[in-house]
Amino acid sequence: MRSLPFGTVVRVTANGSATPAERPTRRRPAPTSGPILLARGLRKTFGEFTAVDGIDVEVQAGESFGFLGPNGAGKSSTMRMVGAVSPVSGGELRIFGLDPASDGPAIRARLGVCPQTDNLDDELTVEENLWIYGRYFGLSRAQVRERAAELLEFAQLTDRAGDKVEPLSGGMKRRLTIARSLINNPELLLLDEPTTGLDPQARHVLWDRLFRLKRSGVTLVITTHYMDEAEQLCDRLVVMDHGRIVAEGSPRDLIARYSTREVLELRFDADDQAAPAAALAGVGERLEVLPDRLLLYAHDGDAALSAASARGIRPLSALVRRSTLEDVFLHLTGRTLVD
Amino acid sequence: MSAPPLPAVSRVTRALPIPAGAGLARMVVLRNVTSFRHGWIALISGFFEPVLYLFSLGVGVGALVPSVTTDRGSVVTYAAFVAPALLAASAMNGAVFDSTFNVFFKLRYAKLYDGMLATPLGPRDVAVGEIAWSLGRGGIYSGLFLLVAVLAGLVHSWWSLLGLPAAVFIAFAFAAVGMFATTFMTSWVHFEYVTLAIQPMFLFSATFFPLSTYPGLLQWLVRLTPLYHGVALERGLLLGEVGAGLLWHVGYLLALGLVGVLGAARRIEGLLLR
Repeated sequence: MRSLPFGTVVRVTANGSATPAERPTRRRPAPTSGPILLARGLRKTFGEFTAVDGIDVEVQAGESFGFLGPNGAGKSSTMRMVGAVSPVSGGELRIFGLDPASDGPAIRARLGVCPQTDNLDDELTVEENLWIYGRYFGLSRAQVRERAAELLEFAQLTDRAGDKVEPLSGGMKRRLTIARSLINNPELLLLDEPTTGLDPQARHVLWDRLFRLKRSGVTLVITTHYMDEAEQLCDRLVVMDHGRIVAEGSPRDLIARYSTREVLELRFDADDQAAPAAALAGVGERLEVLPDRLLLYAHDGDAALSAASARGIRPLSALVRRSTLEDVFLHLTGRTLVD
Repeated sequence: MSAPPLPAVSRVTRALPIPAGAGLARMVVLRNVTSFRHGWIALISGFFEPVLYLFSLGVGVGALVPSVTTDRGSVVTYAAFVAPALLAASAMNGAVFDSTFNVFFKLRYAKLYDGMLATPLGPRDVAVGEIAWSLGRGGIYSGLFLLVAVLAGLVHSWWSLLGLPAAVFIAFAFAAVGMFATTFMTSWVHFEYVTLAIQPMFLFSATFFPLSTYPGLLQWLVRLTPLYHGVALERGLLLGEVGAGLLWHVGYLLALGLVGVLGAARRIEGLLLR
């Protein structure tokens, strides 16, 4: 039987809170000491359509990296190429220093993939899903049983181990999918829209689990169109639009560079917001007119609100909030990020 | 301690038109075995059909037909004539059912192969694993049927021992072609074509009457169908009419099976690894 690179499992006896699943995964030296993920001028085309249009990305070990953008920005196509299940159309791509065109199986053996839509095996039970998936990696029966028990604990699904998958809630299925993606102790975990379609509570549980993984040293690559998710999970991210990268940096950097510290949101009774928009000229740094409200970018939101009142502007409601990645995206593309 | 999948091997498989695999097809079979532990009742139905045919036609109609002269010249009872054909048909049924309906569901709805291909498994592992499972299922039906035929006193030749491996071989050819065909289907409506192919073959592949009964031109048409070769092979073995001519049937089924496996793997690759 072919041996796969999952040997050296570091047995760390749990020091209090750490669950076994988040123990330091084997830090096997990568073939090259370079980045875990490297893309140069990476392209993906489907016939005439260009999904990814020459992107440069570099992700270092232990980083948590995000692809942010609306649906159709090319995030999922990028993720599929990185997952070595979609041939590169142009440019260069290296994962662990390996070329997916020639070393696909070797790359996939060291990856964990959590796809956008759950593709759990409905004909199997919860624990069988983990066992069988582990066997696809060439792991032995004993290895997958031990690992599955740890992962069920990690995913808070131990009491559902023998149940069928179908009746599980959306959040549970998602956690099981993430547990499944960890069965081979991956060095790099790819998460495509990990919390899309989940209720707020389930999202927070999931974020907590992902945060623990990140702390244990697993490199995360996440796609999302949720700003709060990117801010919660990503050390660094790129904003994608129409297959290109339009900005790169940490969430804080991007906000500092493309937005202001605070934002004043004004809603009006009237459909026509042109008059108040005109009256606000010169207040704050910048003004965005959205169909349903005005966004006034200012370093001091309360001061901007006072200035607006002084000019006789009487909004239906006014809200001063901190700037988010949503504002960055709006500034970069002129569109809001809506589903 | 690690030995990542040999680059040398992947270089060779890329040079040939064989889709990539990690040599882990048995894990796909294991998945199906695990799944069927929950629904083993589904295995039973495929066994009964040919057995019911054997008793209704072989024994029932057989009472009206004194004897049959086979295409190779032996004179046998009608039940003994029909039994080998039903053995071939049971192998076909088991294999085709699994490699069409079940594969279609996994491919288009459950997206199971997408999940498999995200692991070291390649399209070749998926195709070989699924076909191996389907032929195993066909083999189980055939084995049980053969047992019934033996108990019913319809089997006399020692060559019959080869009837089971031959049935597995028939199942292989049908499973492979079935899976290949399934990769072209996009809707459940397309399964009408499966029925359209299987039903006439079941009835007219020299199953229930000798080839010599057909007019000349139709005989050639019958000779083209895969089930005819399966039936002829089983009949030769179970009635002890063994000769080099049987190798023709083996060759036909082998070619069909290989085309099916390669075709299925390439289609899976084209559909899912875009």
